[in-house]
Amino acid sequence: MKSRGLMIYAVVYLLFLYAPVLLLPMFAFNDSTIIAFPLTGFTTDWFSELRNTPALHTAVKNSVFIAVISAVLATLLGICAARAATKFDFPAKRGVMGFIMLPLVLPEIIVAVSLLVVMVQVLNLPLTNWSVIAAHVLICTPFSIAILNGAFQNIDGALEEAAMDLGETRWSTFRLVTFPLVMPGIISSLLISFTISLDEFIIAFFMTGANPTMPVYIWGLLRFPSKLPAVMALGTILVVLSIALLILAEFFRRRGLRRAGLKDTGGFL
Amino acid sequence: MTKPLIQLKNVTKNYGDVQALRGIDLTINEGEFFSLLGPSGCGKTTLLRTIAGFEDVSGGTVMISDKDMANVPANKRPTNMVFQSYAIFPHLSVAENVGFGLRKSQMSKVEKNAAVDQALSMVGLDGYGSRAAHALSGGQRQRVALARALILKPKVLLLDEPLSALDKKLREQMQAELRNLQRQVGITFILVTHDQEEALIMSDRIAVMFDGEIAQLADPQTLYRRPNSRQVADFIGVMNFLPATVTSVGDTVTAHVDGLGAVSLSGDQFAKDVQTGTAHVGIRPETMSILQESDTGGANVTAAVVEDRAYYGDMTYYDVRLDGGDHIITISMKNLVDRAVLERGEKTRVAWNARALVLFND
Repeated sequence: MKSRGLMIYAVVYLLFLYAPVLLLPMFAFNDSTIIAFPLTGFTTDWFSELRNTPALHTAVKNSVFIAVISAVLATLLGICAARAATKFDFPAKRGVMGFIMLPLVLPEIIVAVSLLVVMVQVLNLPLTNWSVIAAHVLICTPFSIAILNGAFQNIDGALEEAAMDLGETRWSTFRLVTFPLVMPGIISSLLISFTISLDEFIIAFFMTGANPTMPVYIWGLLRFPSKLPAVMALGTILVVLSIALLILAEFFRRRGLRRAGLKDTGGFL
Repeated sequence: MTKPLIQLKNVTKNYGDVQALRGIDLTINEGEFFSLLGPSGCGKTTLLRTIAGFEDVSGGTVMISDKDMANVPANKRPTNMVFQSYAIFPHLSVAENVGFGLRKSQMSKVEKNAAVDQALSMVGLDGYGSRAAHALSGGQRQRVALARALILKPKVLLLDEPLSALDKKLREQMQAELRNLQRQVGITFILVTHDQEEALIMSDRIAVMFDGEIAQLADPQTLYRRPNSRQVADFIGVMNFLPATVTSVGDTVTAHVDGLGAVSLSGDQFAKDVQTGTAHVGIRPETMSILQESDTGGANVTAAVVEDRAYYGDMTYYDVRLDGGDHIITISMKNLVDRAVLERGEKTRVAWNARALVLFND
């Protein structure tokens, strides 16, 4: 009886998690502008509509551009910070690391408003993709550090000493030994940062000027009920892409671990 | 013939308030198998790492081949190291690991491959080159680490507790192999170990370290037979200690030892600064023997009672109480065919040799 109860709980839980997501493709292919049951027929019109919306294309391009740059910058900063945190001792290390990690728990709306004030009032800079990138690097870096800390901690310090003992400089040691061993962590960090930046809304909403990112554009569409099915179609594409991306990331991560003969310590998936 | 290769002069190392090395003076010769022996935290690994260049000295000088190493980083020193964890690069194959140090050499690819094959063959890993490093056993990793360090033909090979991760059988096998390898390549080996048996088996000379200082520097036999302090005597093997009173001091020293009586000791059995008064003498278990009834013994025989015994197959270790005292000492006896193993409570006689005694001032 007990295990049956748990079974039901698990099924209900999974339904609660994924049923809304399953609605996306259902209505994306439904032949009606009204999002309601019963379904009326099959159509791919909404996908065609996406193809014929240049504003959407611009938004997607913006988002991808911002996400790629943010992921690369956050990961670069993450590598430096994680390396420093695991390898060296410096004054006020705990405090410094704590402050770097703080955006992880800071309400995004606070970050967004403060950044807007800084950008517009203090620095008097125009709001462009780069202002969004700056903000996204800020919120992605803690995630990157959290992932890379683990990767760097897994490395036996003697490996780097061994490389130097065999004639390598600090830099070539990093390139030949440390970097390949933290590579799975770096890929993980890039993908997580990319994903966070891609679907981040609040900060992007505040920091975008005339060129909205995809989430901001989707939010804008919601004011027009007739556009809802197209949003569903867009959502469907995003879900499929995210799943594909995550499977790919996990594949590379596991392959990297296997090649390095390291134990699988979980990762994000 | 013995040419100094490494010279340490008053080397100190501080970590904040902690003094890891307190003024080490040491000369290690070319072609020598040298061991740094001591309990954990005695500074032996720190000393090895200052020679390798992984630690800067706080004071004093490290010279290798008459060259001051003060501003020479680890990657420029003529030393190579075998790490306790072996530090095999997990993302590289065995051959890539072994050939890692050749990356910057001027050799052609063919020459490099030949050098790698030769190094692998030297450690008995012919044909292992293409294997993944992480698929190796502990003993094989150890060999790869050795080959990787030796391929650069260093002047000194530094070994940081290289055998501590291996099981007993493999460890004994590797001890013999390491010793043979050192004779074969003829370069100086410096071994850090906390295992006194390992140090005795392998070394030409041993420096025993306690608390950041060298307590005694000697060849294995001297170290075992004539330790210069109770601390060293206690650390190397088993040593019985008996309270004694030194009665006269001169070329020979006479002392009254509890349980043994008056003894006369010659030059190498006591320190130069010996004084009259209370002291202890040390005596190794195997230098005494339990007499059978038919044995006559020698000049020095003392009555004793067996308090306990441990039977090891090849040996029996007796704890005996010496006549007229409350001192219990350990005596080890070989189990020969016609020698009975005594039981607890049996009365017996103990023969001992005054030459086996070492006097330690209190």
